[in-house]
Amino acid sequence: MNVASYAKDICQAIASTFEGMSITFSHLIRRPMTIQYPDKIPVPIQETLPLRYRGILEVDMDICTGCLACERDCPITCITIGIEMNKETKQRQFTHFDIDVCKCMYCGLCSEACPTGAIRHSQEFEGASYNPAGLVRHFAPQPQNLYKPKKGGETDPKLVTKVDIGLKYLDEFATPDGGGAAAEEGKQP
Amino acid sequence: MQAYLDQLIKDGAFAGVPRELVYAVAMVLAAFVVLSVFVAPLAGVTSWLERRVWARMQSRVGPNRVGPQGILQWLADGIKNLLKEDLIPSAADAKLFSLAPYVVFMGFLCTFVVIPFGGNLIVADLNIGIFYILGVTSLVVVGILMAGWASNNKWSLLGGMRSAAQIVSYEIPAGLAILTIVFLAGTMSMQGIIKAQGWGPWDWFLFHNPFTFAAFFLYFTAALAEGNRTPFDIPEAESELVAGYVTEYSGMRFLFFFFAEWGNLYVIGSVATTLFLGGWQVPPLWIFDNNPVLLGIAQFVTFFLKAYLWVFVAMWVRATLPRVRVDQLMALCWKYMVPLAFVCMLGTIGFLFVPDDVRRVISAATLGFAIAVAIVFFLRVAFQIRHARPELYWKPHI
Repeated sequence: MNVASYAKDICQAIASTFEGMSITFSHLIRRPMTIQYPDKIPVPIQETLPLRYRGILEVDMDICTGCLACERDCPITCITIGIEMNKETKQRQFTHFDIDVCKCMYCGLCSEACPTGAIRHSQEFEGASYNPAGLVRHFAPQPQNLYKPKKGGETDPKLVTKVDIGLKYLDEFATPDGGGAAAEEGKQP
Repeated sequence: MQAYLDQLIKDGAFAGVPRELVYAVAMVLAAFVVLSVFVAPLAGVTSWLERRVWARMQSRVGPNRVGPQGILQWLADGIKNLLKEDLIPSAADAKLFSLAPYVVFMGFLCTFVVIPFGGNLIVADLNIGIFYILGVTSLVVVGILMAGWASNNKWSLLGGMRSAAQIVSYEIPAGLAILTIVFLAGTMSMQGIIKAQGWGPWDWFLFHNPFTFAAFFLYFTAALAEGNRTPFDIPEAESELVAGYVTEYSGMRFLFFFFAEWGNLYVIGSVATTLFLGGWQVPPLWIFDNNPVLLGIAQFVTFFLKAYLWVFVAMWVRATLPRVRVDQLMALCWKYMVPLAFVCMLGTIGFLFVPDDVRRVISAATLGFAIAVAIVFFLRVAFQIRHARPELYWKPHI
C-alpha cells in the first residue's frame, strides 16, 4: 500500500459517506410508502383493490339458476347447495346455499363454471371470526326460488342489471383464456 | 453541589445530623433525580425518536400508535419488558450473568457525574473530568465481556470478545482526539474546557485549526464504535451472532443493555459538545444580566440542543451505512484512524506555536470550509430530490 492509494482510500470513504448521507437525508422529506391499514387511510382498502382481485366468494341469489356447476367444480367441496321441490307452489327452491370460507382456496373454478356469473370473487378479504362456524357464509337463509333464464333476454327491470353484471363478470374475468381478447379473436374467422 | 451543601450545613439546615449522613443522602438523592428525571426519559425518548427518524429515512412511518405520534412507545416497551420472565439459563454462571447488565449500566451512568449541563449545573467538576469519562466508560467492556462469558453460549462469547477488542482499539483514536483539545485548553476539567471556548462558532475548538476539525470527526467515529453503534455494531450483528452478548438475556436485564446504549448516545453528543462545540456558552445578552435562572435555562437548552444534534447524526449514520466486517473494523482503526489521530495531535501541538493573529485567519478559513461543506451537502440533497422526483412530505408527523 503506497501513500497515493492510502489517501485515495480516505477520500473515497469520506466522499461515499457524504453522498450516502445526503440520500438518506433527502428521504426525511419524502412521503413514506407505508399504507397505514386499517385506519388512517382515505378510502377503505377494499375499494382500491383491482376488479380481478380474488377475495371471499359472494353469490347473487337472484340470478342463481341452481345448476350445481359450482358445487361439482369445487375441488375441496366448500360449496354445499340443497334444492328441493316446494309442494305448495310446485317450484324448486333452495333450502341452503353455504360456502365455507375456511376451506375455500380461491381457485376461481366455481366462478368460471357459473353460466350466469352469479358466483364471483368480491374485493372483500377480511374474514376474521371468533369460531369456524362464523366463517360459513349462508346465502339462502330462507327458502328461495331458483332463477329461470327467459328466452330472448331478461325483461324484469329488477333483474336486468344483475344479469348484466354477472355476464360482464363472466366475459371479462372468468373465462379461462382471458375474456375479451379471446372473444375478439373468435369473431375473426 | 458540594459547596451548596456546605453552605446549607453552615446555615444550620441539618442541625444535629452528621455531615457524612447529609452527604450520603444528597448523593443518593442526586443519583435518583438524575436517573429517573433525566436519563430514563432521555434514553426512552431517544429510542422512540431513533425508530421514527430511521423509519422516515427508509420511507416507512415507524411507531406512531402509543400516545400522540407514538411518543409513549418507550413506556409501553419498558412495561412490557418489566413484566416479562427473567430467564437465567441453567448452564450460565448465574451470579456473573445477573451482575453484567448493571456493570454496563454503571459504566454509562457514571459519566453523568461530570457532564456540564450548564454553568452551575454539574454534579462534580472534577479536575480530571474528561479523563474520568474515558476511565468509567471502559467499565462497559468489563460488563459486556462478563455478559458474553457468563451466558455460556458461543454467540455471546464471540460478541463479548469482539466488543472488547473493538472498544479497547477505538479508545486509542478517541483518546488522541480528546488529547488535542486538552492541549489547547490546558485543562482536563469539563467546565475548564468549555470556559476556554466562546459562544460563537469562531471561538469553538472545532474550528480552532484544521487538525481539530479532523479530530472532531475522528472522535465521533471512534465514539460510535465504542458505543457499539451501527456501522460498528459487530458485537451484536444479527446476521452472524443472533444478538451477540445479549442473546441469552430477556426482560429487564435485556433492556438495561439497550438503555445504556441509547443513553450512551447522549453522552457521546455531550462530550463532543463540551470538547469541540463550546458547551453551554451563550451570547452575553442583556436579558441574562441579574437573571441567573434565565441564564441557567438558556445554557441548559443550548447544551442540550447541541448534544442532541449529534444524537441525531448518530441515528442518521445508522440509517445510512452498512455494518463493517471485523477485519475492516480493525483495519479502519489501526491503519487509518490511529495514524490520523496522531497527525491531528502533532498538528495541534504545532499550532500552539503559531501567532494568534495568524491562527485567527486559519480559524476563519476552517469555519468557511465547514460552511462550504454544509452548502454543498444541501445542494446534494436538493439534487437527490430533483433526481428521484418523489412525492414530498415536509411534516414531521404522519
